[in-house]
Amino acid sequence: MTHEPHCQDFLKASEKALKDDQLQELLNRTLKSGFQKKRLMSMARLPEYDQLRDQARDVKNHILDHLDAYLERFELQVKKAGGHVHWAQDAEQAREIILKICQNAGAKTVTKGKSMIAEEIDLNDYLQDAGLVPIETDLGEYIIQLREELPSHIIAPAFHLSKTQVAETFKEHHTHLDPDRDMVEPTSLLKEARKELREKFIQADVGITGANFLIAETGTAMIVTNEGNGDLTQSLPRVHIALSSIEKVVPTLEDATLFLRLLARTATGQEQSVYNTFFTGPKRDGDLDGPEEFHMVLLDNRRTELLGSEFRDILRCIRCGACINHCPVYGVTSGHAYGWVYPGPMGSVLTPHFVGIKEAHLLPSACTMCGRCGEVCPVRIPLPDLLRNWRGHAFNAGKPGGLQRMGLKVWAWLAKRPTLYHAITPIKIWGMKLLAGKRGRFKSMIGAGGWTKTRDLPAPQGGTFQSRRQKGER
Amino acid sequence: MTERPPKIALFVTCLVDLMRPSVGFAAMRLLERAGAEVVVPKKQTCCGQPAYNSGDEADARAIAQQVIDVFEGYDTVVVPSGSCGGMIKEHYPKLFADDPAWKTRAQTLAARTQELTQYLAENLDLNDVSATVNGTVTYHDSCAGMRELGIKDQPRKLLATVDGLELKEMDDTESCCGFGGLFSIKYPDVSGAIVDKKADNVEAQKTDMLSGGDLGCLMNVAGKLKRRGSNVRVYHIAEILAGMTDQPGVGDAET
Repeated sequence: MTHEPHCQDFLKASEKALKDDQLQELLNRTLKSGFQKKRLMSMARLPEYDQLRDQARDVKNHILDHLDAYLERFELQVKKAGGHVHWAQDAEQAREIILKICQNAGAKTVTKGKSMIAEEIDLNDYLQDAGLVPIETDLGEYIIQLREELPSHIIAPAFHLSKTQVAETFKEHHTHLDPDRDMVEPTSLLKEARKELREKFIQADVGITGANFLIAETGTAMIVTNEGNGDLTQSLPRVHIALSSIEKVVPTLEDATLFLRLLARTATGQEQSVYNTFFTGPKRDGDLDGPEEFHMVLLDNRRTELLGSEFRDILRCIRCGACINHCPVYGVTSGHAYGWVYPGPMGSVLTPHFVGIKEAHLLPSACTMCGRCGEVCPVRIPLPDLLRNWRGHAFNAGKPGGLQRMGLKVWAWLAKRPTLYHAITPIKIWGMKLLAGKRGRFKSMIGAGGWTKTRDLPAPQGGTFQSRRQKGER
Repeated sequence: MTERPPKIALFVTCLVDLMRPSVGFAAMRLLERAGAEVVVPKKQTCCGQPAYNSGDEADARAIAQQVIDVFEGYDTVVVPSGSCGGMIKEHYPKLFADDPAWKTRAQTLAARTQELTQYLAENLDLNDVSATVNGTVTYHDSCAGMRELGIKDQPRKLLATVDGLELKEMDDTESCCGFGGLFSIKYPDVSGAIVDKKADNVEAQKTDMLSGGDLGCLMNVAGKLKRRGSNVRVYHIAEILAGMTDQPGVGDAET
């Protein structure tokens, strides 16, 4: 899988996922008894949870109303702390800026903390093509980097893989190790990855991380990790580059803590992530460690367009993955079926913006409108409404087309003509009833192939309610 | 002066009208038992959800205007479906966000509209055991009713009034059944996999019946249960409350 979007393949890709028993088992276990249950338990321990969500939504909306002012303040404070700020309009600019910093530092090896933005701009391939060796240090990201895959979840990139598959991947790539080593226990995989990565941490000339929050009052970029790899990526190399999209800015340290109280709880059910790292500028005189240079790359990549659109609310997203964890569609298809970087409900809102609705039109409609994503969102993004907005754009762009569109149009045409509707429907329904006989259901039916492929179609009772009532039935 | 009975307009919903009229008759009986005078306006068809959820806003608006026209002037409009109720209450006002006159009319209708179990839980005498249904039942919480209208306790309170009936709660009763209207036709395999999980949870309870407040979801789960050869009978909650379970359930053969 490459970074080129494959969203049109949703049907084929989801079919493949559905046939993968191991993946289905992983999805069932990790989502239901893992993420979903743990979120509920951590919510129960925080009585003010819902109140915090309202507060978080309001703070985010306030930030979006004053985004320019907070970004300028953030820039000023980063510079005051001795860091450099680079503004990138699009993916191309961001990649160029980052490559240039790496080249100026004479870098060969670049370590990377987990960053969805780096995935969004396909940074690794670009650096690699320029002769650098980028190494992902988050365990999940490391695994999918070895396998040349995209993340299948925004907080658990290798979510789709079993420990056996990980062991196979390690054996294939860590060829300098004993091929007969025991890799049954997850801890042995962890130890091996740690050992491999430790050397890279020390070799690296530049460390690149994402940022969960940018704090305007102090010029601090902040990341959460559970593995501590972000800290080592940031503090060991001579140069640290933090890459973030512009909507991650928050006014104060206190605001950041508000979101931190929600983020881990909603994502993994933890009270806090294991590591919460705040970095403000490069190493100062007398500091024992830290990078000599700190570069902040602020990426727009058409987010200002979102800001002025009906999709503005998606910019509140804090990348917790709760919508993904609770989506019934993701729960059986997993992330790769969505065909690009961001999966699930938040992905189905973001992806059409980045790759175009013609490419991604299947994603907003690959949703049952169950509303659970909106229910669990810690910043109360009305995801179902945003998905429906995209369906409107898709419809206007001629998607769905063909029979589906015609069927819809015929139904709407008839629904707008009650007299005709009530003249025609009883006849049609009696016809269907006759076809079904006493069986009560159809195993297959012309025109309902989609439905009867996976389940029977209950037959109508016969006659419409309106026609039967007209005849005096009560 | 004696108070006149409330005048209720029943929105039958297109699925009930076409596929399972007995839900409409059950709803009428129940509303009358609650002391209402029930009217079924003839010019109603569909609430417009298929168009709305497919991104066809123009048709959705036109159909909504028709519904608003037809159902104006009644004390209350009752709908035996959480998703159609949600459409009217939650989404009609949104459809006319830029049209002040229609928005006001949509809001007025929204304020007067109630889903059937909501209305019954407030207006039926819950101590009056009027129905007897012997057996066990499990209840599926349909998404729109639960999340848009807050329906959760009402159906359970009502089921508790049925003599001889025992409610056994299934696992993940709040998770989607995978119906999603046109989603079920557009993505049959994905929808089929989701409803398989629901059918697993239903069957695990070994109840005689499954019930719910949305015919769409019930047709979906019943279709899956029947395909799997299950004997669980599926009834809309109105049918159970009206004691109408002597007829075949959704998807059952006639005897």
